[in-house]
Amino acid sequence: MSSDVYIAGLGAITAIGNNVAECFAALQNERAGMGPITAMNTIHRDKIPVAEVKLSNEELAKMGGLSAELSRTALLSMVAVREAISDAAIADLDKLRVGFISANTVGGMDKSEDFFVEFLADNSKGKLKDVYDHECGSMTEVVAVALGISNQMTTISTACSSSANAIFYGARMIKNGLLDVVIAGGADALAKFTLNGFNTLMILDKAFCKPFDENREGLNLGEGAGYVVLVSDQVAKTLNKKPYCKLSGYNNSNDAYHQTASSPEGTGSYLAMQGALKKAGLQTSDISYINLHGTGTPNNDSAEGIAVKRLFEPDFPPMSSTKSYTGHTLGASGAVEAVFSILSIKHNMVFPNLRFETQMHELPFVPETELRTNLQINHVMSNSFGFGGNCTSLIFSKI
Amino acid sequence: MKMYIRAATCISAQKTFESDGFLTDFIEYTGTRLKPIEPDYSKYIDIKLARRMSHVIKMGVAAAKQCLANAEIEMPGAIITGTAFGCMEDTVTFLTRIVELNEEMLPPTAFIQSTHNTVAAQIALMLKCHNYNNNFVHKGISFESAIQDAWMLLNEDDANDILVGGIDEMVDTSFKVLTRLGLYKRWPVSNLQLFNTPTSGTIGGEGAAFFLLNNKPSADNLAEFNGFKTFYGAYESEALEQQINDFLSEQGLDISTIDLVITGRNGDTQNDAIYNNLIIFKNKAQANYKHLSGEYSVSSSFALWLASNIIKEGTVPEVVMYGDINNQSPKTVLIYNHYQAKYHSLMLVSAC
Repeated sequence: MSSDVYIAGLGAITAIGNNVAECFAALQNERAGMGPITAMNTIHRDKIPVAEVKLSNEELAKMGGLSAELSRTALLSMVAVREAISDAAIADLDKLRVGFISANTVGGMDKSEDFFVEFLADNSKGKLKDVYDHECGSMTEVVAVALGISNQMTTISTACSSSANAIFYGARMIKNGLLDVVIAGGADALAKFTLNGFNTLMILDKAFCKPFDENREGLNLGEGAGYVVLVSDQVAKTLNKKPYCKLSGYNNSNDAYHQTASSPEGTGSYLAMQGALKKAGLQTSDISYINLHGTGTPNNDSAEGIAVKRLFEPDFPPMSSTKSYTGHTLGASGAVEAVFSILSIKHNMVFPNLRFETQMHELPFVPETELRTNLQINHVMSNSFGFGGNCTSLIFSKI
Repeated sequence: MKMYIRAATCISAQKTFESDGFLTDFIEYTGTRLKPIEPDYSKYIDIKLARRMSHVIKMGVAAAKQCLANAEIEMPGAIITGTAFGCMEDTVTFLTRIVELNEEMLPPTAFIQSTHNTVAAQIALMLKCHNYNNNFVHKGISFESAIQDAWMLLNEDDANDILVGGIDEMVDTSFKVLTRLGLYKRWPVSNLQLFNTPTSGTIGGEGAAFFLLNNKPSADNLAEFNGFKTFYGAYESEALEQQINDFLSEQGLDISTIDLVITGRNGDTQNDAIYNNLIIFKNKAQANYKHLSGEYSVSSSFALWLASNIIKEGTVPEVVMYGDINNQSPKTVLIYNHYQAKYHSLMLVSAC
């Protein structure tokens, strides 16, 4: 029960890179991934920037070895999962109990919304193959089947904290002795459904987002996938290379304030961060870097900032929101940022919070604005908060 | 570690929610889709709030609140839900408006409430419950995944008195699409004759079932939840029997110690053949439930509600009995359900 869970492999695909190495290079070079909408057929095309993965469905399908007719969410997932497994390079994986725990927020919506146009005009129309994989669970199933994983698979959907929850659920399956290896994370592709949804809430910035800035005006939607390979103590000993780090702390708390808005005092965020520290047996002073949820919306950054202030005051670790590079990748964001947090530990770096100009009036701290290297990064906290008050914090620790 | 079912509630097409009897007074429907009997939601939800809520949210919140009341628990240690389709009504509403209004001047409410975790979130919001809150969306094992999470929380000693639910709603749009995908029968059928009309397709359903799970023995508990297992893929009968026998032996049991098997027969010839072909079930007392609940992705939550009450009441309602062998007062009940021959689920409950 008490055994540690280690991170043995990483995979990521976002607007700033098609794999972990490319993402890492962009993070160091301060290269953001936002731009005009090119793929979606929407009236918002030239008005709202997004952070698109720079590959077509056909290209993704080829990389992942799947049909290009599947949802882009499944295609993104497959590419990052393959990278993570290949990176972990676990010998005799087929002899171990392997699970796949994935997350997303709208399943195959990119296909369903195409189906729906024809269906709405005539209920006997619309290509059924476009709606067959509508369910969130289908995204996971398609990838699990391609990998030959049938021991254990499931899908978590808790809005923007989905894949952070998937990672620590996977770790708990190992701690409970149910599995040896878990590939955990999440994926989400851009969809008109989510673009219009966030647009109706008036929380999309018409320019590139400015997380934790006094004059921030909202988030940029992004897409991508992130996965980690979690292994048990036993498996970690058999690896040919040292694991990246361990997952030392985690907590899921609910803000219980409003369906979409965060409480002004950031109750859920505070409880999640505090709970993760307790689980890891750490003090606030042990945290070397916080990868903030930092969406860039007035509400999130204020609530999260106040929660950080209440918990960490008076000494604040370096902080940044890497959503200033990738946009908000929704169901993928927790896992993408977990990967970035792990890179921070591996390379002893803190990535900057792009486009920051003005300190928020209610906060006594500012995010990092330049790449910081040669630090001693021992423990990184990664925050992911979502609609429905779902707040999750993870802590990764150097070994 | 032991896990107990302290309370169980179920909103379904039968009188399972606000009824004194235990399926003694059952309803016959003719068609290919069963709709739940709506409780008086004003007992659970402020009317102004309820007006903005979709059907699945109302069902989920009402079933959850009544479950807590039955368990005499004010604040659960965790809230975990399973739902394959999530909030379909709001999803369809928002999709329709995107098309009809050409992405302009859309009202946000449907989008806000379309998020898959809305039911678990709304329960937390109403209770002001800041504890662990999770939601699983994995097709035919969404509910079982929620059970798995609860079991781990208990095993880790990180939470107790865990509220777990299975919820899914069927709306006209999803029913039409799933009908086109061939899930349902092509002609209306009496639900009470479902197993006497073995043709292709089943009848659609929806519902909400909630459970309060803890590790505290009590005479008030409905049943002990001994164990569960899920597995994926197409299985030949022999391999399936192996899975079931392995599961039972992990529980220190074998098939001879099972008093009643509840199966997921749904009236579809191919679906039901999988149960019919299992030799290990041949001489067992059996029960079915999908003629009462209809088929839906988290219908195994209905089966668990049924099993818990069979054990607590010490009686098997006649309307669920199947086959020639009866066991009037089963102490150990095995539920075997498969969803579309891909997702298999085993759950074992017994008298405390």
